[in-house]
Amino acid sequence: MHLGLTDDQQFFQETTRKFLEQAAPLTTVRALADDPAGFERAWWSRGAELGWTSFLVPEADGGGSLSGEGVVDLAIVAEEMGRLVSPGPLVPTNVVADAVARGGTPELQAEVLPAIVAGDVVAAWCIAGPRGGWDASGVAIEAVPDGDGMVLDGVSTPVEHAAQADELLVTARTTGGLTQCLVPASADGVVVDAIESVDLVRRFATVRFEGVPVSAARIVGEVGGAAAAVERQLHLTIVLQCAEVVGALDRVLDVTLEYLGDRSSFGRPLASYQAIKHRIADMKMWIEGCHGVTELAVQAVQDDDPDAVEIVSAAASYLGDHAGEILQECTQLHGGIGVTWEHDLHLYLRRITLDRNLFGTPAQHRERIAAAIISKHGPALDKKVAGD
Amino acid sequence: MTDQTESVDEFRLRVRAWLAENMPRLAPDAPPPDRAEDEATWAHDKALQRMLWDGGLAGICFPKEYGGLGLTIEHQHAFTEESLPYEMPLHLNVPHFSILGATLVDFGTPEQKAKYLPPMLKGEQQWVQFLSEPTGGSDLAGCVTRADRDGDEWVMNGSKIWSTAAMSATHAMCLARTDWDSPKHRGLTMFIMEIHQDGVQVDPIKQVNGSLEFCQEFFDDVRLPPDSVVGEVNDGWTVALALLAHERNAVGGGSPYVSGRNYLAEGADGAFDASCVKLVTARGTADDPVARQLVAEAHVLDVVQRGLVKRVGLGMKTGALVGQAAAITKLFTATSAERKTTIRLELAGPDALTWPCGAETIGRGAGEAWLERQATSLAGGSNEIQRNLIAERVLGMPREWAADRDIPYKDVRRNPMPTSPGA
Repeated sequence: MHLGLTDDQQFFQETTRKFLEQAAPLTTVRALADDPAGFERAWWSRGAELGWTSFLVPEADGGGSLSGEGVVDLAIVAEEMGRLVSPGPLVPTNVVADAVARGGTPELQAEVLPAIVAGDVVAAWCIAGPRGGWDASGVAIEAVPDGDGMVLDGVSTPVEHAAQADELLVTARTTGGLTQCLVPASADGVVVDAIESVDLVRRFATVRFEGVPVSAARIVGEVGGAAAAVERQLHLTIVLQCAEVVGALDRVLDVTLEYLGDRSSFGRPLASYQAIKHRIADMKMWIEGCHGVTELAVQAVQDDDPDAVEIVSAAASYLGDHAGEILQECTQLHGGIGVTWEHDLHLYLRRITLDRNLFGTPAQHRERIAAAIISKHGPALDKKVAGD
Repeated sequence: MTDQTESVDEFRLRVRAWLAENMPRLAPDAPPPDRAEDEATWAHDKALQRMLWDGGLAGICFPKEYGGLGLTIEHQHAFTEESLPYEMPLHLNVPHFSILGATLVDFGTPEQKAKYLPPMLKGEQQWVQFLSEPTGGSDLAGCVTRADRDGDEWVMNGSKIWSTAAMSATHAMCLARTDWDSPKHRGLTMFIMEIHQDGVQVDPIKQVNGSLEFCQEFFDDVRLPPDSVVGEVNDGWTVALALLAHERNAVGGGSPYVSGRNYLAEGADGAFDASCVKLVTARGTADDPVARQLVAEAHVLDVVQRGLVKRVGLGMKTGALVGQAAAITKLFTATSAERKTTIRLELAGPDALTWPCGAETIGRGAGEAWLERQATSLAGGSNEIQRNLIAERVLGMPREWAADRDIPYKDVRRNPMPTSPGA
């Protein structure tokens, strides 16, 4: 996180780092690769005790932030988790908590939020559409009004930790626009099928809704009026992923520098070759750029900045373009050991690859930016372009 | 007489009132002269500086005893914010005040400060730095311009290059070798030089884009008085390093001696650069998917730069990052400018190649910027030097082996110094 953390934030960062190093070192991450859930609920509850699930929840529902800026505080956790490619449903659970805290009915908030804060409830967000959709345009679930409530039909995939979740936030199409609701994963008509992923411990599933009834109390926000909330949830998801990526990049660069200092060729340390030093310098510059733009994006989401789309998508596209290249470059500098299962680099490559493509590729984020800045700054354009 | 410091708010109100009363407002259709090679630019800025001096607002962070106001950087920021709607002597900020004035504050004797700082602040002088040499810019300590003792005085011979607007400048700080028997960093001395004197020849360098902003100087037995040495004899490298730190700070936007908008640190302030959107709008390519990708890519670089400058500035302030981390920002600014220039060339298409006679078209701007593209990656320390700094000073990787370390400089292999074309 940024280089001016408060004392409280620094203490929290250190506590989280120590806990992760003790309770989920890379050997544990490797062991969890064969575990269907990818994380242990008891471990998750201990993380929740540290505050991992409380920052976006109001104090009245058992939550509270460290600094008054919950998104900034939460990004500290995401960054620390990136350092150790940690398991766990940090992003979806907090995104769902944020959505319910902002748009849920009071009874839903009272039912769900304290349980999320306590670590007893894990949540997932069904937004992704089956044909590569990752934002509102790809939603493939329909909600049809039924009395005070609605009935859901359709499919979402891939959904992070859907098979481990107790509650599913569903983004669905209604005649007037998007509508969101919270559905217990155990509800009749909800079919969850696990799928495999590139990451060792992040679990995904395809979720089908076959005539699932939803009561009015479980509708989150306005019927047909959820577009802004969905955009906020996307931005929150993306900045937490970015924070995770910069944590991973810092660690990978440290590991690579250590290796280059220890390993010799032609009678001198690899780190002494200028050809290598200049490549490392470029990577350091990219990584600091990744940090800088992530910090701006986290703050933009924290502040509900009206220009958040430009800043968040700038972070997503910049990190998407550079993080993978940095990982591949560090693999190259490690030599053959870098492409073995035994070396930990691939754990990081896997996580960074997941975060690169899961919620929009760099090119897709650039298109979002172009749409935003051309319509804002190029008013002389024809209507077709400006209105797209 | 109390020594109570004026509060920032009181100061701001005084500045606001004074500026409204005295300074010309910026008019969009009549911009002040801006080309550094034009004498009119310097005459204009020196006149404005004199107005600030007469109004008691020159040298806000310079010491009181030498004509400054002795106030804090917060006072300076307040002044800058108030000054934005007005014409200001912006060309005097860098290098005159923020590099040379700052170095004089650090290393000048009381006599030197009393002699030079007040006329600097009055706009009577214009200072530049004579550091780079035609024998090599990146290896600054490999300086071969020489100064030899003659009684109390010094006699200088050699050549310097890449000094900004030295034709109109009055004074320079000039690094010269004074001891050839010591290793390279230990035989250098920094001198103050009056530029308009016998033996100094200043030639403008015509750049690829036609600009004459930069100059080369030739020294032929230039005589310098004993009090022209800055710092200690043979300890000029210490002064040069401080000077370079002031330069990075000024270009990076952190100098307390920059008064008014810092046009060198633009892009970091969040102002939207509309050049790419203008290009696609003008050329009707705003709905072309490839063009849209490029417009966005350029914007992403600006957003990242803003975040990076903020992060590195905060990190250096809190001590989380070492001072040399400014090399990260410098390298980013330069490589990002390279990429954005290439993007604008692509977006301009054939419009970058031809234009109506005498017209300043946006396409022409893109084409000419492309011809000059590497300038930012060379000025103020090349990208390669920044990469060395990041690897060695920020990350602690092993230093490069150097053939010239710890041997008398007279025995070091070096490039021949060119002679003056007029000689």
